[in-house]
Parts: sequence; C-alpha cells; structure tokens
Amino acid sequence: MKKLVLMAFAAAMAFSFGAQAMEKMKVRMGTEGAYAPFNAVDKDGKLYGFDIDIGNAICAAANFECSWVTQNWDGIIPGLIAEKFDTIIASMSITEERKKKVDFTKKYYSTPARFVTADANKGVEITKANLKDKVIGVQEGTVSDHFVTDNFGDTAKIKRYEKQDQANLDLTSGRLDYVFADSVVLSDGFLKTPRGKGYGFVGPNYSDQKWFGEGIGIAVRKGEDKLREAINAAIAKIRADGTYAKIQAKYFDFDVYGD
Amino acid sequence: MDFGLIIDSWPALMRGAVMTLTLTAIAVPAGLALALPLAVARLSHRLWLRLPSYAVIYVFRGTPLLIQLYLIYYGLGQFNAVLKSWGVWWFFRNELYCALLVLSLNTGAYTAEIFRGAISGVPSGFIEAAQASGMSWFTRLRRIVLPSAFRLAWPAYTNEVVFLMQATSLVSLITVIELFRVTKTMADRTFDIYTMYITTGLIYLMISYGIILLFGLIEAYLMRHMPLAPNARKTINQRALAVLMR
Repeated sequence: MKKLVLMAFAAAMAFSFGAQAMEKMKVRMGTEGAYAPFNAVDKDGKLYGFDIDIGNAICAAANFECSWVTQNWDGIIPGLIAEKFDTIIASMSITEERKKKVDFTKKYYSTPARFVTADANKGVEITKANLKDKVIGVQEGTVSDHFVTDNFGDTAKIKRYEKQDQANLDLTSGRLDYVFADSVVLSDGFLKTPRGKGYGFVGPNYSDQKWFGEGIGIAVRKGEDKLREAINAAIAKIRADGTYAKIQAKYFDFDVYGD
Repeated sequence: MDFGLIIDSWPALMRGAVMTLTLTAIAVPAGLALALPLAVARLSHRLWLRLPSYAVIYVFRGTPLLIQLYLIYYGLGQFNAVLKSWGVWWFFRNELYCALLVLSLNTGAYTAEIFRGAISGVPSGFIEAAQASGMSWFTRLRRIVLPSAFRLAWPAYTNEVVFLMQATSLVSLITVIELFRVTKTMADRTFDIYTMYITTGLIYLMISYGIILLFGLIEAYLMRHMPLAPNARKTINQRALAVLMR
C-alpha cells in the first residue's frame, strides 16, 4: 500500500513538472493607469497606452502569459515587493533611490521633463529668482517632484498632487503658475487636448542623470534575474524586429527611445 | 525601524502635526457653531426652518468627505471665472480655506444630529417646569435645554471630534500639507513604509488621547453637580478635575 501511494505521488510529481515546463511563464504586469499617453484607462475601464503596448509586445516576444494589474503610483513599488504583481511597466525612471529597492531592466524609452505655463508667462525665463513665490504643480513622488523640490523648492512653492491630471486641472483653474513633468505626458495628456489651449512649454529640456536617471525602465523584484534578463532580451528583440517602431508610430511622431 | 530617519524627519512631522491640530482646532468650533442652530431648526415645528436644516444635514452626512473635498476644490476650480466675477475666488483658490470649509460643514452636520438627539432627550419635566416658571422659548433654550443637551451629548460629541481630527488626513488629497502628507512624502522618497507610518500612527494616537483627555475633563466639569453614588469610585477624569480646580 505504502509503495502504491509513493508511486502515485511520484507520477503526480512527474506530471506536474511536465505540465509546468510546457506552460508559459505567468507574469503579472503592474501599471498605474493614469499617465496618458503611456498608461491610462479608457471609458470602459480598459488599459491602453505606449507602456501597455510595449508590455504586451514584450510578453509576446518572451513567450510570457501576461495579465495586467493597476496600482496607484505611491503604492507601486511596495506593491511589487509585496508580490501583488511581478513587474512595473509604468514609465518609471531608473534612479539610484529606486535601485535600492528594486532591480531595473535596460531602458525602454527616455524623454526629457519640461515646464508648462500659460502663454502669457512664456516670456519669463526659468531661473530660481524668476520662480520666486510662483506655484509649481507636480505629481508627488515622481522624479519631476524630486528635481523641482531640490532645484526650486527653496524659492518657489511646490504643490504635490496624487495624479498628473489634477495638477493640470489646477493650472487651468489658476491655482498654479507652472506644472513640471515629462514632456510627452504634458504634450499628449494636456497641451494637445482642448483644455490645454493657451498653455505651452517654457524653458529647456531637463534630463540630468542625477534626477532623471538612465531613462525609463521596467522594475522587477530584487534578485529576479531570470525575469529581468528575459525582458531585456525581449526589449532587444522588439527593437530589432520593428515591433517597437510600429508601436512608437502609433503614439509619437519622434524617437522616444532616445540615444 | 530606522531611528535615524525618525530623527531626520521629526521637524517636518511636527510641522505636519501642527497643521493637523490647526485644522481640527478651527473646524471643531466652527462646526459646533453651525451645529447648534441646525439642530434647533431641525426640531422646529415650522417646516421652512426644519426642511433646509434637514437638507444640509442629509447631504453632508450622506456623502463621503472625500467627494465633498473634491467637489469644492477641483469642482469649483472649473468655475474660477464665475467665482472671480463674484469676488470669492480668493477663498476657493486657497486649498486650506477649501479644506476648512468642507471639514466644518461635515462635522457640523454630524454634530447637529448628535445634538438633535440630545435635545430630544431632555426630560419633558425640565421643560414643563421652565414653562411653569414663565420662561420664554429662548430663555428656556439657553438655561435649560442646551445645558442639559450638552451633558447628554458630550460623550458622543467627543467621539465626533476625535473622528474629525483623524479625518483631516483626507485634506492631503487637495494638496494641504499636514501630518499624513508629510509622512507620505517621506515614505515615498525613502521607501521606508514601516518606520514612517508607525511613527505617524503613534503621533495620531497621542493627539487622539490628548483630545479624549481634554474632553473628559470638560465632561467631569459639566457633571460636577451630579452626586456620586455613595460607594461609587470617582472616575479618573473627576479626580483629575478636582486636582486642577483646587
């Protein structure tokens, strides 16, 4: 009897191992869903955007079985560590601070950050002195927040929002003089929309490595090297086979990968 | 727990705590000042008094505080041109004023319901005796009904004040920098969730118990005329009050 049970057990083990080898690796992709055009939720609650398309392309290239999880920005790294999902594809800048908590893949794009203001303010040059007592809106906890806080925080007043949309809203209501964020997010999520009429970019492109890091990467839990390497290989693959260019053309009329 | 981080963030946490206390200290009296007339009007036999009071209480008790904050701050922000033409935009432009307005209205509505119950609970014998001695409606309200209602309402009202203090953390979502927002900024930047939120949880706990202690002393003061049962032991509050009043 004992032998029989053991044999049945061994058979079951062998079967499950066999099944696992054939099954695709299951990967839960975490994203924010409030950062158009990179990741956002449409009227029906469906995720769309550049991050989502790149994520799906990576899944196809690496032969993963993927599902998507949305998570608020401020809980996104804790969510990854708590294994609510396995990767973060949410336009996250690769920074030294974040590297202490998570591992990053190679970048999958990089775009500069910029100020946006009302057309009437455009003549004012962006300097510490000129921004004295001005109110700048940023999304809390982003590299833009850290950059503005460290560079203009002692003269300007900085208001921090849960979502970029709320900062844009407060720019149009007149509570803010400037918003500061990724240039593509501001361009597509605000300036190109009807609400963005009468507003525009001002000042230079900001991409200082100290704050903005090495570009935008995909985060995985520390030590998950197999997953990270598989994603790196998939990024290289979609860059090479034209999938990346196709997705890029859907959203942007310029090269978002950077150099 | 990273004690170095607690020490580094302590000044910022204290500035946040001061803002939390300021919000509470302004919204609580403002809410009470609003609640008393609302409660009295709610109990009036005149429909034109009862109905508007009922509507205000119904709306502010029936909807989440967060929705009220978003409507007043982001919602009214959409109509800034209209508000400017009315000359009130300076008020709604400021996140702190918006927060105080909503907190006061919200706690006012809840407090009004607490006092409505307490006023209904004033023994009818008190009122009949006051009527018999020729007191007018207002004198009766001032000397008999409200003092009795305050004693009846006080324990429930204490809870409401503690709850309001904790609810002030929500105004961080309309960019007011108070205790919760300071903590969140620190936690987001250091990723040390446990250290930051446990520290702040303890600060909230201390503020809550400070409020409970203060309101307990006021309760003992309000009840100072009540004779104790011969064998009853004095409550901690009554003893503390006796020491303070010596």
